[in-house]
Amino acid sequence: MISKNFFIALKSLAKGGKLYYLWLLILVSLIINGALNYAHQFDRGLIVTAMRDPVSWGFYISNFTFLVGVAAAAVLLVIPAYLYHFKPIKEIVLFGEILAISAIVMCLLFVTADMGRPLLGWHILPLIGKMNFPSSLLAWDVLVLNGYLFLNLTAVLYILHRLSQGKEYKMAFLFPVVLISIPWAISIHTVTAFLYNGLSSRPFWNASILAPRFIASALCSGPALMLLIFQLIRKVSTIQISDTAIFKIAELIAYAMAVNLFLFAAEVFKEFYSHSIHLAPMEYMYFGLHGHHNLVFWLRLAFFCNVGAFFLFLIPKTRQSYLTLNIACVMVITGVYIEKGMGLIIPGFIPSVLGEIYEYSPSLVEKFVGLGIWACGAMVFTLFVKFAIPIYSGSLLPPEVHEKLHPPKEHPGRRSDDLYEKAH
Amino acid sequence: MPSNNDELKNLKSGDGELSRRGFLKGAAIGISSIAVPFGTADASIWDEFFQKHFKEMSQDELQSTIARLEKDYKADYGVDIKVGTEKPIPNTLFGYGLDLSRCIGCRRCVYACVKENNQSRHDPQIQWISVLRFKKGEKWVSDLEESEIYYNPDEVPEEGYFYMPVSCQQCENSPCAKVCPTKATWKEPDGIVVVDYNWCIGCRYCMASCPYGARHFNWAKPNIPKEEINPDTHYLGNRPRIKGCVEKCTFCIQRTRKGKYPACVEICPVGARKFGNLLDKDSEIRYCIDKKRVFRLKEDLNTRPKFYYFFSL
Repeated sequence: MISKNFFIALKSLAKGGKLYYLWLLILVSLIINGALNYAHQFDRGLIVTAMRDPVSWGFYISNFTFLVGVAAAAVLLVIPAYLYHFKPIKEIVLFGEILAISAIVMCLLFVTADMGRPLLGWHILPLIGKMNFPSSLLAWDVLVLNGYLFLNLTAVLYILHRLSQGKEYKMAFLFPVVLISIPWAISIHTVTAFLYNGLSSRPFWNASILAPRFIASALCSGPALMLLIFQLIRKVSTIQISDTAIFKIAELIAYAMAVNLFLFAAEVFKEFYSHSIHLAPMEYMYFGLHGHHNLVFWLRLAFFCNVGAFFLFLIPKTRQSYLTLNIACVMVITGVYIEKGMGLIIPGFIPSVLGEIYEYSPSLVEKFVGLGIWACGAMVFTLFVKFAIPIYSGSLLPPEVHEKLHPPKEHPGRRSDDLYEKAH
Repeated sequence: MPSNNDELKNLKSGDGELSRRGFLKGAAIGISSIAVPFGTADASIWDEFFQKHFKEMSQDELQSTIARLEKDYKADYGVDIKVGTEKPIPNTLFGYGLDLSRCIGCRRCVYACVKENNQSRHDPQIQWISVLRFKKGEKWVSDLEESEIYYNPDEVPEEGYFYMPVSCQQCENSPCAKVCPTKATWKEPDGIVVVDYNWCIGCRYCMASCPYGARHFNWAKPNIPKEEINPDTHYLGNRPRIKGCVEKCTFCIQRTRKGKYPACVEICPVGARKFGNLLDKDSEIRYCIDKKRVFRLKEDLNTRPKFYYFFSL
């Protein structure tokens, strides 16, 4: 039975402050702008993008790759929350899962935007289409991404369903879902890495370090994004997210970044020391190749961001000060977005298999469509969180049930209420 | 070689097909009735949307699909285009030889190919053959970075340069067929790697996987002047393509399955291009492989191309 609180929460989507409406308005206009640009692309073909035969994937697939990482990173929160019952993080894992859902939605939209004939998408489905499984890694990706979306939706909706009835969720049901979703999260990013990794035609991708680096960098950017969002959530709602949880996640990012930088160093050593012809893409990335250096600035910026953020996350003092913590988060997101986005896809095509250099930078249409898709993701996340907050915080429940589920003084550290009082 | 169309005619008179055909007809009418509420859409749009994979169509379905395609082409280009479905010739595995000693880099093959195979002339310009120019003494073969594709001299051959045309190598281990998520591209029994343009979803994974830059994408609706249309086509070959699908060299499947040479072989003014059946000991291509020192491009990738480069001098 669906509790009536479910519907009350649904209705609350339409109610909010001025900022809420402004935010929605911005998102809606970006989505409409993206849709119009996409309609243009749909009508004229992908020729309105800057992609051409030598660089046949670009901005869309770059964003897709980055977002798979964001989705996968929910696992970083799930592991301690459910398996080790680390209380402070358990409280907020729901929002991590909602972020994963939004990220997967964006992934699917980006792949669709990149397709030459999106209406024929059904050809890739099993049974009704002609899915090339297990041969094509893209077929695997369709399976694991949709499976991951399903798993996270199941977990989130189940938790909300139980909470809306004023009951704790049953671990007997949730535990198997969580147990599957952990390797599954690793798998979505591994499969996505293998998608590039398996192509012997592209030496830059055809390196065994690719999948481990994918996972390591995803475990940096995803949680960093969550840290920013959590601070926002506890500011605008009554949801309590403790400092302990936030600092713990920040610490985990430092470890993930350490691994990421180590793997990066291993890659740089191998390429530059052996100095074979396969160095060309890396040379293009960091120094430019035959006078072409579109990516050099960006990849150096990414390197600077990643190293800088690593130290900010590592040192307890900077990790536990909100100013430096947030700077570090922005740096990590920027760094990984460049490194796992355009910085990964474009060098795979430069130089091309026949030695040609086509410098790619996305067209306006691509940027607008991409922005529209990001706005879609933000919309899904906003509405989903807005829907979940009253249920999760128990404000829809009778006071005595609320008290039982959320006993006061359980979490040490700063809370949104304290913050609110301080501000006034 | 018996034409596939004859086989189609024979099959059509067979019994037992009737009930299924009736059903399909019913389904077709059902589908077109869905189309009615959508106003502008006519039935053929839905037929196109629900069109099956080439290998899964019954002879009946194939014939009606081809009739529809020919009608659409007529409407589009004002030309009667014949779409053939000639099957592979038994005991045939096509192979290609290219004599690098002779090639003068004139690109006649490129343009003959464009014309024969109805490639888009501009926006996008699609060419299935790329002729690479190398400076003599410069590195090549395994590192193509020093190659020049857009060379444009007044006269060829140029002093101090040599040329290497590259097109689809028709790999036995074709990476493109391996990665295609919808099985829209595959290797035929005669060794030709083909694309079902109507089944391709345009994900371009095959383009990322191809080590030879042989696969090309229709970034827009192809632009072909109607007076230059080649009306003799094959379903898996040179019939005009659709916006958003991938295409590639098919060894001129529409010609070679009828016993003719590919257009590039025929046009080459210096006889640098050889073609034939690898399974036939007396074929010209086998002669080249047996008597000359041949090499294949990017052997280290183990794609096993059926495209052999050799030197006659």
